[in-house]
Amino acid sequence: MSTSALPAASGPVTHSFMNNVWYNARRYPLGVAGAIIMIVFVFAALFASTVAPLDPFSTNAKASLAPPGATHFMGADMMGRDVLSRLIHGARVSLAVALGATFIGSGFGAAIGLACGYIGGWFDLLVQRVTEVMQALPLLVMALVITASLGPSLQNTIIAIAIPLIPTVSRVIRSNVLSLREMPYVEAAKATGMSEWRVAIVHVLPNTLAPLIVLATAQLGSTILTEASLSFLGLGVPEPYPSWGRMLSESAAEYVRTAPWLVIYPGLAISLVVFGSNLLGDALRDALDPRQRD
Amino acid sequence: MLSYLIRRLLLMIVTLFGVSIAIFLLLRIVPGNIADILFDSAGLIDPAEKKKIIADLGLDLPLPMQYWQWLNGLLHGDLGFSYVSEKPVIDEILPRIPITARLAGLAMTFAIAAGVPLGVISAVRQNSKLDYALRVLSLSGLSMPAFWLGLLILMACVRWFGTIPIYDRAPETFGAWLAMLAIPAAAVGFRSSALIMRLTRSSMLEVLRQDFVRTAKSKGLSDTAVTYDHALRNALLPVITTIGVETAFLLGGLIVTETVFNIPGVARFLVEAIRWRDYPMVQNLVMFIAVVVVTVNLIVDLLYMLVDPRIRYSE
Amino acid sequence: MAPVLEVSGLSTVFHTRRGLVRAVQDVSFSVNAGETLAIVGESGCGKTITALSLMQLIPRPPGEIVSGSVKVDGTDLLKLSEPEMRKMRGGKIAMIFQEPMTALNPLMTVGKQITEMVMLHDKLPKSAARTRAVEMLHHVRIPEPERRAKEYPHQMSGGMRQRAMIAMALACKPKVLVADEPTTALDVTIQAQILDLIGDLQREFGTAVVLITHDLGVVAETANRVVVMYAGRKVEEASVTDLFANPLHPYPRGLLGSIPRVGSARGLDVSPDERLREISGMVPALNDLPPGCAFAPRCSQADARCHAQVPPFEMKQNDHFAACWQA
Repeated sequence: MSTSALPAASGPVTHSFMNNVWYNARRYPLGVAGAIIMIVFVFAALFASTVAPLDPFSTNAKASLAPPGATHFMGADMMGRDVLSRLIHGARVSLAVALGATFIGSGFGAAIGLACGYIGGWFDLLVQRVTEVMQALPLLVMALVITASLGPSLQNTIIAIAIPLIPTVSRVIRSNVLSLREMPYVEAAKATGMSEWRVAIVHVLPNTLAPLIVLATAQLGSTILTEASLSFLGLGVPEPYPSWGRMLSESAAEYVRTAPWLVIYPGLAISLVVFGSNLLGDALRDALDPRQRD
Repeated sequence: MLSYLIRRLLLMIVTLFGVSIAIFLLLRIVPGNIADILFDSAGLIDPAEKKKIIADLGLDLPLPMQYWQWLNGLLHGDLGFSYVSEKPVIDEILPRIPITARLAGLAMTFAIAAGVPLGVISAVRQNSKLDYALRVLSLSGLSMPAFWLGLLILMACVRWFGTIPIYDRAPETFGAWLAMLAIPAAAVGFRSSALIMRLTRSSMLEVLRQDFVRTAKSKGLSDTAVTYDHALRNALLPVITTIGVETAFLLGGLIVTETVFNIPGVARFLVEAIRWRDYPMVQNLVMFIAVVVVTVNLIVDLLYMLVDPRIRYSE
Repeated sequence: MAPVLEVSGLSTVFHTRRGLVRAVQDVSFSVNAGETLAIVGESGCGKTITALSLMQLIPRPPGEIVSGSVKVDGTDLLKLSEPEMRKMRGGKIAMIFQEPMTALNPLMTVGKQITEMVMLHDKLPKSAARTRAVEMLHHVRIPEPERRAKEYPHQMSGGMRQRAMIAMALACKPKVLVADEPTTALDVTIQAQILDLIGDLQREFGTAVVLITHDLGVVAETANRVVVMYAGRKVEEASVTDLFANPLHPYPRGLLGSIPRVGSARGLDVSPDERLREISGMVPALNDLPPGCAFAPRCSQADARCHAQVPPFEMKQNDHFAACWQA
């Protein structure tokens, strides 16, 4: 007979906030790891000028391609700029893109999804066709074409990444609204004479928040990756501001032999932050929205 | 079933039509005239030459006319001429397709061959150390940019073999072809395999909870028979439906991977065309990608009908 | 005659986040060949867990069978290794489930699902196993069994699927059939047909049947003996006639009062116009059982002793057992 593999409950369950946080933290240790990574990342971005040891823009011919050492902890690039300082400042671009694109994409997506679920009819049909059109193109291709059309800048990069997110979000919210509308308590609210809009705001909207938060967190990582890919291809955030993706731009292949630190550290920064946001996203999904659990 | 097929085909045409309008408009809301850009980049100054360029490209026509010219050409297999090379677009695109197709096929094979079994193992051993390790592995696969993984592999090659496997000539034998594409395929396929693994795992966990699995156990079947004959076949259905999504995902990865490994395929060519502002090329390449994704989705739907008797026998 | 199935002192627990859930505690019963024993109780009383424990299909972890024995023809199933147990499952002890809609694999033909099992247990070649599968479908009165064997579950009605389940369960002529709410999900008219079918096949094959149900009408019509469970324990056991005529424990008394019409088919003495009575109160949570009788909080006759001590399960009348301080 197997013995217990799960810990028995310890003490009565209290419902204070801190207890709740502590309980979930113990239940999702990977989520905590993700949260810590994200906190460090946000901190680095917000206080980049204070945290960075050197000026990320100042060039120095003598330090060109300097290997990691005492002055340049992670080495220096072709123009002698400090890699670590550039990475810390690059966090700003990643954070701005991640927050901006996710916020815009999820906001428009949620609004359109709610409208589809509520108005239905021709509007819903039209949006669904447009969604199908957008989903016929890979995210990166669409982002590439949009930046090509708008021209490279931080703002345009954010827009280019946000637009392809809209259909994903609107589809989930739409199906959520449709199923919520069938719920007995919503039917009941309508039966008592509550207006459609009141029902939407009081009953339906709060119940779509959990899946929306889960979905938005899950998108954070993919927006960072898309920005990195765009910048890597030279179509993202323009010089001189450091972006992790551009630090790895095509010429990086040449540095594979001569200056591996120029390849390793920016990629590590991207991977780590995306990994952190994915860990956090998975834990949030498990905790908030069991229906999407894997 | 036939009526479903017809409806499905019609929807596919509507979608592609929508893509063509979207891409056409998107490329024309650019501030500044394409002729100006071409004109400047060519270093010309004669206004007469500029007029000629505009007329040659049909840029003086109203937008609906320009669109109609393009669409009409598309339907007749005439994709127009590249601004940059001045060769017919079709001659530029066609020879690049097999390279990308092979790379994508190889990457997808790798992704399925690794993703499905690992996903099954992860689900069957849910919450074991192995499951945790595999989940972290798949999540890190989804977190690494495909181009960085490619660069890391190049770096490892330099360290261990002293050379970089860059696509410098067209391979002649199957072996040479495989050797040339295996590494980029692995780099881009790793991300896809991570995606497939996560999908397989979650779908498998869902199926293992279902009643018929308990029935299969109650019949005295071995764990292997229950897992593979009963659970896995059901678990693969949702994985099949996402092949379309996975293809789009893979194509996105190919764009950067072909760039890193310098492979002259269609995906990298799109980036070059965008950079050169070669709009006829961009327009047609994007259309081509959309056709691939939509067709794959259609094939997936048909495949699904073959695999799932509940759909096969309905109607 | 020695009983085919002898269960004694069976206890199953679940280790959960909310503590130890004692789903089944010290349950014993035995069934002779050709007889039917019904286990009745409300949902959550442990009857399905008892059934799954017999088959050893409890998910482990979090479930664990902590004590007892389950003997089929003298072999204690709980002492068998997993490969040995696999030979028993489907071969000597088979089970049919509540939901015919989901209990069959949607991607496999019904015939294949039966054939697969016959090949496994009776070591028959594929063609012979197929013949047996068609025979069994014929046996459970499915028309055109040849054609039906080639169909998928979704092409059959609920009643037809449950027949197919029965055909599958009995295909290897098991000694014991565990039927967990076999008719609950079906229409009333189909219910009677399925119960008749189980009864007929039972007589023909001499199978011992353990029928899990919450429906006292079903019990009255099919069972020889009844075990009543409450909160994981047996509270009463008697022949079906004795139990319906003279329930001793207040819980089955309440249950019998809460159905409008019982077993008139077998001429049992229940007044047809008796008002529907409900038992007030809630079933206690199995991880937080009261120290005394689990039914005491809902019982009108409970006194201090009922709340303090668990009543022993003992013979109160001739071959009529109950666990109640008041009976």
